[in-house]
Amino acid sequence: MKDNEILTMRHISKNFIGVKALNNVDFTLRAGEIHALMGENGAGKSTLIKVLTGAEEFESGEIRIAGIDHPIINRSPEEAQLNGISTVYQEINLCPNLSVAENLFIGREPKKNGFIDWKTMNKKAKEAFDALDINIDVTLTLDNYSVAIQQMVAIARAVDISSKVLILDEPTSSLDDSEVEKLFSIMRKLRDRGLGIIFVTHFIEQVYAICDRITVLRNGELVGEYEVENLPRLQLVAKMLGKDFDELSEIKRENSTVMDKDSNILVDAKGLGCSGIIKPFDLKINSGDILGISGLLGSGRSELARTIYGAYKPDKGSLQISGNKLNVRAPIDAMKAGMAFLPEDRKEEGVISDLSVRENIIIALQSKRGIFRLLSKKEQEELTDRFIEILNIKAADREVPVKQLSGGNQQKVIIARWLLTNPDFFILDEPTRGIDVGTKSEIQRMIVDLAEQGKAVIFISSEVEEMLRICNRMVIMRDTSKVGELKDDEITQENIMKSIAGGTAV
Amino acid sequence: MKSLISVIKRVTKYQLFLPVICLFLVLIINLIQTPSFFHITMKNGVFYGYIIDILNRSSGLIIMAIGMTLVVASSGGADISVGAVSALSGAVCVAALGTDEVYKMPYFASILLALAVGLLCGIFNGFLVSFMKVQPMVATLILFTAGRGIAQLVTGSFILYVKPKNFEYLGSFIPGVPIPTPCFIAAFLAFFTWLVLKKTALGMYIQSVGINLKASRLVGLNSRMIIFFTYVFCAFCAAGAGLISVSRTASIDANNVGLNTELDAILAVAIGGNSLAGGKFSLAGSIIGAITIQALTTTLYAMHVSADQLPLYKAIVVVIIVALQSPVIIKLFRSIKSRLFQGGLVKEAVK
Repeated sequence: MKDNEILTMRHISKNFIGVKALNNVDFTLRAGEIHALMGENGAGKSTLIKVLTGAEEFESGEIRIAGIDHPIINRSPEEAQLNGISTVYQEINLCPNLSVAENLFIGREPKKNGFIDWKTMNKKAKEAFDALDINIDVTLTLDNYSVAIQQMVAIARAVDISSKVLILDEPTSSLDDSEVEKLFSIMRKLRDRGLGIIFVTHFIEQVYAICDRITVLRNGELVGEYEVENLPRLQLVAKMLGKDFDELSEIKRENSTVMDKDSNILVDAKGLGCSGIIKPFDLKINSGDILGISGLLGSGRSELARTIYGAYKPDKGSLQISGNKLNVRAPIDAMKAGMAFLPEDRKEEGVISDLSVRENIIIALQSKRGIFRLLSKKEQEELTDRFIEILNIKAADREVPVKQLSGGNQQKVIIARWLLTNPDFFILDEPTRGIDVGTKSEIQRMIVDLAEQGKAVIFISSEVEEMLRICNRMVIMRDTSKVGELKDDEITQENIMKSIAGGTAV
Repeated sequence: MKSLISVIKRVTKYQLFLPVICLFLVLIINLIQTPSFFHITMKNGVFYGYIIDILNRSSGLIIMAIGMTLVVASSGGADISVGAVSALSGAVCVAALGTDEVYKMPYFASILLALAVGLLCGIFNGFLVSFMKVQPMVATLILFTAGRGIAQLVTGSFILYVKPKNFEYLGSFIPGVPIPTPCFIAAFLAFFTWLVLKKTALGMYIQSVGINLKASRLVGLNSRMIIFFTYVFCAFCAAGAGLISVSRTASIDANNVGLNTELDAILAVAIGGNSLAGGKFSLAGSIIGAITIQALTTTLYAMHVSADQLPLYKAIVVVIIVALQSPVIIKLFRSIKSRLFQGGLVKEAVK
């Protein structure tokens, strides 16, 4: 190992049954650097991390860490931690009902006469957070704080336990911009202390904002290690995809395919609202529309969509679909009226993890048909195979549990689920979150196709660029109410920002 | 050799592999201990033998385990009131028939009445769990304690006996049929449930709700109704088991009918390889589990273990069976298997 290297992984290989998840991969982390690990879904990022943290075994290769003069094999995350490797996952593994200080010291509380020494614990916790410029009351329970703060507590804990290598696995996917900035400043501080940070993310912008080096994986193999300044964005994407970039560049639709506006109103909400969740709003959606919803976190983006679908039961106003009044008591009513809803949280509300790919795909159609009209095994298989092919879903078999698929493929399964019900109106809440660039553009193209077929789409994304690219109308939300609407040429980054910020109505 | 390996691999992957093996082990121990274990003889026009006895005695448990399987799958919780519900419906049946030489009301009507009481209990449990969102254990604890109390009320705290001979048909033999009646009931219920699960989407709905309630709701499933249904069905099964039980002794002792059977029913589900956290389930597994438990009890009696000590030996065997199916041991098996079958290949690949 060279002097400034704190972690080297050499010739790492790992097989899953029949699939080479990692093939002869090298990875090097130096002290005082933030190192991005990039790759599409299924590239081997997660597997590499799991091998490093002991969550998975590996078949060949060696891992060395500074200060230990023999190769190490971590058999469990605890062992990895003893060797100086800590991980903070996207889902926060802390106890919301304990105080911040307790969370920081859980399992290794400072003791006095055999009892927990609260005073010292709180003091030490305060110091640890002060050092990171986080000003919070450490005696409050964790659930008082936002996800962002909770994440920072998780980081503080990881760093406090062992501080050579810190792995951040998609830490920013549920944070808003200012929270991301705060996280970055903490990451910079830790880097300056000499920590090596491995940063796994899907957000290319963030890589360029904070990282020093990038390692790119593709199909379980190492593509290369680059310094950030020597690798322009376009090339990075090309390396991740293994193909030229022009395919991704522009998915521009022929804007406003001159439609006879009022005759095509598909969705017409008048004063629709849900107490305590979203204030009453009016909204008309025509067939062929791709309607974006923009706003800060907590502004009511998802809530608006969920109220239309009946995931929240509206208690005010009325809703008409294709001219017919619709009384939504439960999602099934909305489905029968021709709606489809892809929820924001794929894991919690989307996939039914232990059911097979086939069952996950056909379940919405089955539920629409009703319990007694079971789709025959043959029909189920044919439909599943057709959509696996159309959407290019990568699964070993249609009968494997959906949880074995990568995130992007799980999302495709849910999209297939809804396409199968042949709806007129799609509500897609963050369909591209946590998904690799290639799949992202596939999904965007598909949304444009749907609109061209005369379907209406609500498309919510926290990446404004994405909505700018494909939406022809835009609704702006602020503090759980609808504050503005933009269409066609008015949709620019600037107008959106202005509208979100408030002041002049657009 | 290669085909043998692939057969072994395929068989061991099958979900029911371990439950079946466990049952087999119990039966083999029997064969060694009691050579006459598998003998079936004909006496008085009916079959006799340990095997028949096991099937006969496990019928009630099978019926309860079928209901319990669906409850566990849909809600990730157990219905601990089944024992009490079986006592209550047994009490209702006997009380309705009366203790005279002739029935107070027609036999079939009293059975329907008892089953209806079972349904009512299920509606109560299901309402608490699915609509009031009470934890299953707490919700069913109410009838677990109150059920026997109501049964005592119904019987006036007496042990009641039914005199007409045909009352016993349900729990023993119908004249001219050499196979015990409970076996038919259990087999019919198993078949009927299997058919419903196969011919409708109910099986998939139950699993879906058990795995992810929120996602199930968003794809249009009426998750509350599905959970509600499983509790009603489970109590219905319990009532059926109670009827068999009172018919067997032609009497009702509200304190003892179905005592501790809720635990056996839950255990049957677990031994069958089903996760008590809900979700995926195997009906066949639970049935095998129920038979295994009864086989174990019969075995121990055959080995002259006294009734007082029975629970201890049973517990030891159950611990072994459950441990065999625990994730840790299964993982160990897998790694042994892969070392046996794939070791050579991997080593070559590394070179």
